[in-house]
Amino acid sequence: MATILERRELTPVTKLFVVRAPLVARNARPGQFVIVRVDEHGERVPISLTDFDPEAGTVTLVVQEVGKTSGLICRLEEGEEMLDLAGPLGQPAPLPDTGHAVLVGGGFGAGAVHPIARELRRRGVRVTSIVGARTAELLILRELLEPESDEYLPCTDDGSLGFKGFTAQLLGQMLDEGAGFTVCYAIGPMAMMRAVAETTRPYRVKTLVSLDPIMLDGTGMCGACRVSIGGETKFACVDGPFFEAHAVDFDQAVVRSKMYVDEERLAVELAAAGR
Amino acid sequence: MPIVYPTKIEMPALDPVERRETWDEVAVGYTVERALAEARRCVQCQDPVCEQGCPVGVPIRAFVRRVALGDFEGAAALIRTKNVLPAICGRVCPVEHQCEARCSVRGRFDPVGVGRLERFVADWERANRANGGAPAVAPRPEKIAIVGSGPAGLTAASDLVQLGYQVTVYEALHAIGGVLRYGIPEFRLPKAIVDEDVERLRALGVDFETNVIIGKTVTIDELLGDLGYAAVFVGTGAGSPKFMNVPGENLKGVYSANEYLTRVNLMRAYSFPEYDTPVKRPTRAAVIGAGDTAMDAARVSIRLGAKETHVVYRRTQAEMGARAEDFKRCGEEGAIFDWLTAPVRFLGDDNGCVRAMECIRMELGEPDESGRRRPVPVEGSEFTMEANLVVIALGTNPNPLIPLTTEGLETNAHGCVVVDPETGRTSREGVYAGGDIATGAATVILAMGAGRRAATAIDEYVRSRAAAAA
Repeated sequence: MATILERRELTPVTKLFVVRAPLVARNARPGQFVIVRVDEHGERVPISLTDFDPEAGTVTLVVQEVGKTSGLICRLEEGEEMLDLAGPLGQPAPLPDTGHAVLVGGGFGAGAVHPIARELRRRGVRVTSIVGARTAELLILRELLEPESDEYLPCTDDGSLGFKGFTAQLLGQMLDEGAGFTVCYAIGPMAMMRAVAETTRPYRVKTLVSLDPIMLDGTGMCGACRVSIGGETKFACVDGPFFEAHAVDFDQAVVRSKMYVDEERLAVELAAAGR
Repeated sequence: MPIVYPTKIEMPALDPVERRETWDEVAVGYTVERALAEARRCVQCQDPVCEQGCPVGVPIRAFVRRVALGDFEGAAALIRTKNVLPAICGRVCPVEHQCEARCSVRGRFDPVGVGRLERFVADWERANRANGGAPAVAPRPEKIAIVGSGPAGLTAASDLVQLGYQVTVYEALHAIGGVLRYGIPEFRLPKAIVDEDVERLRALGVDFETNVIIGKTVTIDELLGDLGYAAVFVGTGAGSPKFMNVPGENLKGVYSANEYLTRVNLMRAYSFPEYDTPVKRPTRAAVIGAGDTAMDAARVSIRLGAKETHVVYRRTQAEMGARAEDFKRCGEEGAIFDWLTAPVRFLGDDNGCVRAMECIRMELGEPDESGRRRPVPVEGSEFTMEANLVVIALGTNPNPLIPLTTEGLETNAHGCVVVDPETGRTSREGVYAGGDIATGAATVILAMGAGRRAATAIDEYVRSRAAAAA
């Protein structure tokens, strides 16, 4: 059981949780995730680590309400428990010791890029963070990411804050103008990561995306999370979550992510009807 | 030769049609009368060769005699001296290859139903709460870590706690039991039985820690270092599923057996939406492979509502790995067996869901390194089999997590941890291993045997170190 020590509402549908998980915090590395199960009837779902503090024995999770399970998590209060929390899982993000990294975060990804930014800066890598949201109020965790970035560039679809447009558009503009990025990390919705991959491809900037396919155990036991990377099947839970973006079969990843859309819709409807 | 009733006393089972609709246990178990009658078929050989066929050395002759005399409590006590999970073994052991294969009446008659009798005794014990707990032992100060809570780990934990050690079992998932929990379906092994056995170990003093992934959350080095364990037993199983690497394998509706069974057994997807984890419900299911797991997957498909369920295997019935009883039950429930058949690719619909598979017929050629005749494709025999759910049950590889994160832990070409088979000792001092992680995918009882041998070796190791330090 993992006790929720702090809960913050980042947007009406996005919540931040600081959870007591000393063993997970101790060995966590940037880019890893945990598996959470809310209650006895619950699913096992992967959640990226937004932060971890070995001294305090806590991990920080950002959850956006998109379905039944994420809805149940978002309704948990301070002092309540997440029934099961296991991790850290996945390979840590491969990080360089030199150069100029651009981190692109969309939605919950604005939190998930944070530990990567912090570690890159600690290693002496220059960090540019590009963070996107539909509108200014939905842009999350600026206070966390901006201090860990040499350059912090918000983007909004409606232009209410920062660049008007998508993160990949700003990234493309900067690459056009000769930004000397040596590596790119993108975490967020599949469409965003795909757009980032297509943007950096002609510039041959090494680009890593954090894939979050459907998972079950999260330890390499089931293969639910298999993804095609350069024609080879990999398990995102143990081989990933980071993969070379230009080798990812996004078409397949999108199709597989929709495996249970009907079931998800039913679960949400029943939950709304109070079962 | 004494007079022996020639055939095994039947074990009552649910009606084959009825059980297609239920997840309840299929085999109902012996009544007292049937158990007495079956036990009296045993001729009480001078030399009980059946016992040589048992990986954990259950005193079969003596316990069967106790049953024949109606002393079920005495029988249970005898079994428990060697087997801590008798209700489980009585259900899942491949007895036809072990004890019953060596029964001396076999050949002329059916062998004595040792498995059924073991199950009867264990169930009688459960129903009558006859187990008085283990005798008190002098506690020892040393802590032992068990990695993985499957049959190997549970057996090692039981033995070590009864030797007085402080035993902690670490489990990566949220529930205890390993393959007993995620792999074997309710209709073959009710989860209440696993729960009871775990509770029994807890009562003996075993500490269980779920959601701890050794190799990720904590490493073996940390267990032996900061965390102060005197020795570690690794029983992490063969949990990494094999795929075929044929086109279309990543279509929606193509599952590894591990995923399919874990969704159903561990996560109770058959009760979706009451439980939140979904699983696709097939109309036509195809299961690739013919081992125990394949039979389980086929029978799960039938219960999830498949109108037609095929078991597709590239060799023949003679080479299949499944237990005889489960193969028979699978057929009774309506599965269709397609021997000498292998898929070459999976075909999808416009939504990326599997709709069919292209198969090829095989014939048996010369024996291969496994001693079984090698299946060879018959040219031009391709045909299409419709299936909107496919389960790949071709076996598993050892879980790589611990070998990858433990320096100096030697593995072989198959990824198995190299051990001394007598002791489970690995290339790392203080680290022992057993079960599928050392042998590759095998059976519950073999894993239990390995857990037992490793527990004995760990005890000797810890005592010798303590003596050297004194």
